[in-house]
Amino acid sequence: MEETLKIIVLVKHVPDAQLDRHLNGADYTTDRAESILSELDEYALEAALQLTEAQGGKGAGHQVIALSMGPAGAANAIKKSLQIGATEGVHLKDDALAGSDAAATSLALAATVRYLSAGGPVDLILTGMASTDGETSLVPAQLAERLGLPQVTFASELEISDGRITARRDSDTHYDTIVAPLPAVVSVTDQINEPRFPNFKGIIAAKRKTITTLSLADVGVNPAEVGLSGSWTAVQNAEPRPPRSAGTIITDEGDAGIQLVDFLAAQKLL
Amino acid sequence: MAKVLVFIDNQGPALKKSSLELLTIARTLGEPVVAFNGEFNDDVKAVLGSYGVTAVYRPGSADLDDYLVAPKAAYLAEAVAATGAGTVLIENSSDGKEIAARLGIKLGAGVVTDVVGVEADGAAHKSVLAGSYKTVCRATTPVSILTVKANSVTPEPAAAATAPEFLSIEVPASATANAARITGRSNKATSGRPDLLDARIVVAGGRGVDGDFGPVEELADALGAAVGASRAATDAGWISHDAQVGQTGKTVSPELYISAGISGAVQQKAGMQTAKVIVAINNDAESPVFEIADFGIVGDLFEVLPQATAEIKKRKG
Repeated sequence: MEETLKIIVLVKHVPDAQLDRHLNGADYTTDRAESILSELDEYALEAALQLTEAQGGKGAGHQVIALSMGPAGAANAIKKSLQIGATEGVHLKDDALAGSDAAATSLALAATVRYLSAGGPVDLILTGMASTDGETSLVPAQLAERLGLPQVTFASELEISDGRITARRDSDTHYDTIVAPLPAVVSVTDQINEPRFPNFKGIIAAKRKTITTLSLADVGVNPAEVGLSGSWTAVQNAEPRPPRSAGTIITDEGDAGIQLVDFLAAQKLL
Repeated sequence: MAKVLVFIDNQGPALKKSSLELLTIARTLGEPVVAFNGEFNDDVKAVLGSYGVTAVYRPGSADLDDYLVAPKAAYLAEAVAATGAGTVLIENSSDGKEIAARLGIKLGAGVVTDVVGVEADGAAHKSVLAGSYKTVCRATTPVSILTVKANSVTPEPAAAATAPEFLSIEVPASATANAARITGRSNKATSGRPDLLDARIVVAGGRGVDGDFGPVEELADALGAAVGASRAATDAGWISHDAQVGQTGKTVSPELYISAGISGAVQQKAGMQTAKVIVAINNDAESPVFEIADFGIVGDLFEVLPQATAEIKKRKG
């Protein structure tokens, strides 16, 4: 008999990396206008859908919960996830969360995972390899540490059997096979799959799916433990990088390779 | 003087340049002590002394490498407790950041990643939003954990060498109880080139190489450089994904980045625009990469790169 899976996918609403992005205000928090579902999280959602499809698919009662923490706009990332195929959405939304660093974020997410475990244990928490805005890659490891779970990061292949997850993890010099008991926190790379696009049927079906909005009080977190006050790091100053002034641009007239070497020699780079 | 704990996870016979950089930074912040893991020998010992290290801690158990990061974080937590260090410096690799992440939760300590410079008072400089902002950050907790990018400083031995004391740290058995275990490993073929993250010079190719990385590799070898690539080139399968520089690949800050046949869209720029000097070769004069290049050549990379390679070989004799 196959067990039903309960998978939480962490999805983040991030500023579109194709556009100019800004830091705002005295605390230098990220401007979240023009935001989208983080591209790297689509691989995690796809991995979750493929794992459930490998074990009986839709009729089998598996849960793929898209969880996002963030202001009102984060609901868009959840809606997109539901259209792609997540079975339900959870939005942790609270004004006190604004300005949370990775440590504070992982605290709030850990509390939410515990809250969602009350109705039945969670088997797997899937994330992308990084957010495309903060780019620290700290949250999956910190979430795992707070929940006392193993973490398997940068998975490029995944398989679940006998209550264990087996992953392939690529590093620069080798491939590793990693085995961890479930539940576990797993981050996946952009090499693991080709994320599907929402189709018309998925978009219609998403309208009937539930998004549960939770506050910090719902998940039992004291507001002082998150946000700027609960963060363990602070940004003291931020300034836009002065645009790199374009230097000398030449058109090759047969000796550009020599000129390139002259430039390197003048810069003492040879 | 406040102790600064440097984590060195040594995976070869000699210390990596990035480890020496961490030791150099540590001396500017206080008294450098090292939590060591991996291959240890007399040469390594001598180098640690020449960099002014006063104490070297090593794990009591040798199997930390059989697991992903979690037991190393447990080991470091014990090392911080034993040394009373107020600052922990770790290399900014993906494993380094995850070890820092778990250590931060264990110690209730703030973690700043992707650091490129540290001031004597602990303020850390880093770039955010794909290098479009420069920020100054600090941990507001009693212990601060910084992961420092390679090439942030020039390694310099101490004015006077030290004779470090050697101590062992027991790693709690619980550290491996529920950790992800490495059950198999197959090595990839090595190129013999420098590591992309450590390299002083990177030569990168993109869509414009059209499947042939030969000219890029030959220039890299003439310069002693690492080879990088854009996402278009790795997605096309022309070169291993490990070589990818950019938002979904590696972020590098070499002294010199030579970009060949790469348009320089946001995805690529995110990975390289903090390089000190950028040289670009592209046949399209409208490529965005020319907006950030210190020296740009509008031309055919299959002409320009081999000519440069030959000229470098000639000058180096």
